[in-house]
Amino acid sequence: MGINDVILKTVAKAVVLIILTFGIYLFLSGHNSPGGGFVGGLVLASAFVLMFLSYDTETVKDAIPIDFKKLSAFGVLLAVLSGLGPLLFGQNFLEQSFDYFNLPIFGKTELATVLIFEAGIALTVVGVVVNIILSISEDE
Amino acid sequence: MNNIILIPMILPILAGVLLIFLRTYGRLQAWTSIAVMAVVAAAAVYLLNAIQTDGILRIDFGGWTPPFGISFVADSFAVLLVLTSSVVTVICLLHALVSTDKELVTMYFYPTVLFLIAGINGSFLSGDIFNLFVCFEVMLLSSYILLTLGGSKRQLREAIKYVSINIVSSWFFLIAIAYLYGAVGTLNFAHLSVRVAENGQEPLLTTISIVFLIVFSLKAGLLLYFWLPGSYSSPPVVTSALFGALLTKVGIYAMFRMFTLVFYHEPETTHNIIAVMAVLTLIGGSIGAIAHNDIRQIAAYNVVIAVGFILTGLAIATPDAIEGAIFYLLHDMVVKALLFLLIGTIILLTGTAQIGKMSGIIQNYPILGWSFFIAMLSLAGIPPLSGFVGKVLLSQGAIDSGSYLLLAIALGSSLFVLYSMLKIFKNCFWGETIVSKDDQVPLRRGFLVPCLLLVALTIGIGLGAEGLSAYVSDAANTLLNPQVYIDAVLTEDFQ
Repeated sequence: MGINDVILKTVAKAVVLIILTFGIYLFLSGHNSPGGGFVGGLVLASAFVLMFLSYDTETVKDAIPIDFKKLSAFGVLLAVLSGLGPLLFGQNFLEQSFDYFNLPIFGKTELATVLIFEAGIALTVVGVVVNIILSISEDE
Repeated sequence: MNNIILIPMILPILAGVLLIFLRTYGRLQAWTSIAVMAVVAAAAVYLLNAIQTDGILRIDFGGWTPPFGISFVADSFAVLLVLTSSVVTVICLLHALVSTDKELVTMYFYPTVLFLIAGINGSFLSGDIFNLFVCFEVMLLSSYILLTLGGSKRQLREAIKYVSINIVSSWFFLIAIAYLYGAVGTLNFAHLSVRVAENGQEPLLTTISIVFLIVFSLKAGLLLYFWLPGSYSSPPVVTSALFGALLTKVGIYAMFRMFTLVFYHEPETTHNIIAVMAVLTLIGGSIGAIAHNDIRQIAAYNVVIAVGFILTGLAIATPDAIEGAIFYLLHDMVVKALLFLLIGTIILLTGTAQIGKMSGIIQNYPILGWSFFIAMLSLAGIPPLSGFVGKVLLSQGAIDSGSYLLLAIALGSSLFVLYSMLKIFKNCFWGETIVSKDDQVPLRRGFLVPCLLLVALTIGIGLGAEGLSAYVSDAANTLLNPQVYIDAVLTEDFQ
């Protein structure tokens, strides 16, 4: 981007952090309240898109050396494998389970296997959305 | 645990995703895909035999029983189609091994084919209509990619038509599902069947069923086939073989499922509409097949004729006719793959698709010529080959129910099929050779082996019809007695 857009760049630095935090919050809260992997993933992706918009593609790619095509493939892989996990215990595909654990800082926390599945979805959404935006922006 | 029902959909997805990471390894990708599809075919054989002894199998995702959760239901009809499509895919992939460009392979050709098959198999096995929609979309998205891979001008032009028509029809599909859910409050096939039978199929439900009919007609190429010849004839060989063999069959499957399991109470309306559409499809397809001089277009119009033929079976809906239609469906998947592979090979060898520019190919490539001859006889329905059984059973059904007009047009279309194929055979294979033996493009064995395998398969289905008929009649039995399907899926409380 040729124009000197100091304001956009400065604001983006702060806002990206807020968006990322909000995305992770949505992702984690999705189990019992609105949110989840898909919505969280979209919000996370919007943070990346904002970075690509305010800085140029090269800078961001240097800072975040991730192949987003492979990221989305990895997400699908994670989701499918988490669905196949229960088969090892003789249960149905996509069967979920959860339990309560005492973690150091959080105290009593509910951990569910659905989180792995949701993580897969979130990664897929991030990968696909960023990939689409990048492909369109590369067009002459 | 019936988790093996998942294999036809999950294994291709898993393999497809893994292959994305192995983008540059062409041979490895090809052989992995072939191995995966062979495993799927083996699983389908296992399932098919398990169904004969244990009845219809079911897997509930996450342990949520129907009608609340989503499930895969494997009955003989679905698994027969899964088996045939997997076998056909293995053979098409063998052809892809030699005929696909390096450039195409690095642009995710194999993963996309695997996703396409996952969508197709998922559609066959899905136990509720929304999941059917999702699997349809998986299949369609992959087909958009496959259609445009290669990026020739002709492909992109056809892709615009194909993508827009399918987006519109998917949108109709979604609206029809919403109507149906609004009317009866469920989306599970078995539960739908129970609810529709309880309430009686009122005019409102019949109207909804016609919206579904339009959607599936667009996908299957029943009457609404205007997009089909162009888009099936433009992509590379293997892609068009997969399209011609498999894609329309999913629409046909969905129509059989909907109009035998759910909307079977008003045949005077729905089945008569299907009959009229089938007749018009047969006539239109026949005209198209004899009018064109481009061999790819002729093959594509033959797909249309087959769709019309199979759906006359659904319109007649006697046990014989349904069995005939299922037989013909299986036969058509095999023989259309064969036809498209042969035609693609001819075009690769001669560099043209116009009938007038070829002559005497059988002198140069005798085995190819005779393979085409067998494909032609099989398409026309000559006795020892696979097309015969389906045609005889369907004709019996038509005579039993007194549908003589349907029968006459369905059998008449066979003559047009034969004529259009003879036109290719006479002009391209017979006559003076244009190219001398020394100048001819060598025919690589990799091109020929898949074609010969399919020839063997079409002869095998024809000769082994006796062995196959137990499975087919079980499939027809399930289709004609919805209660069998309902008992397998729902517990007593919901019936």
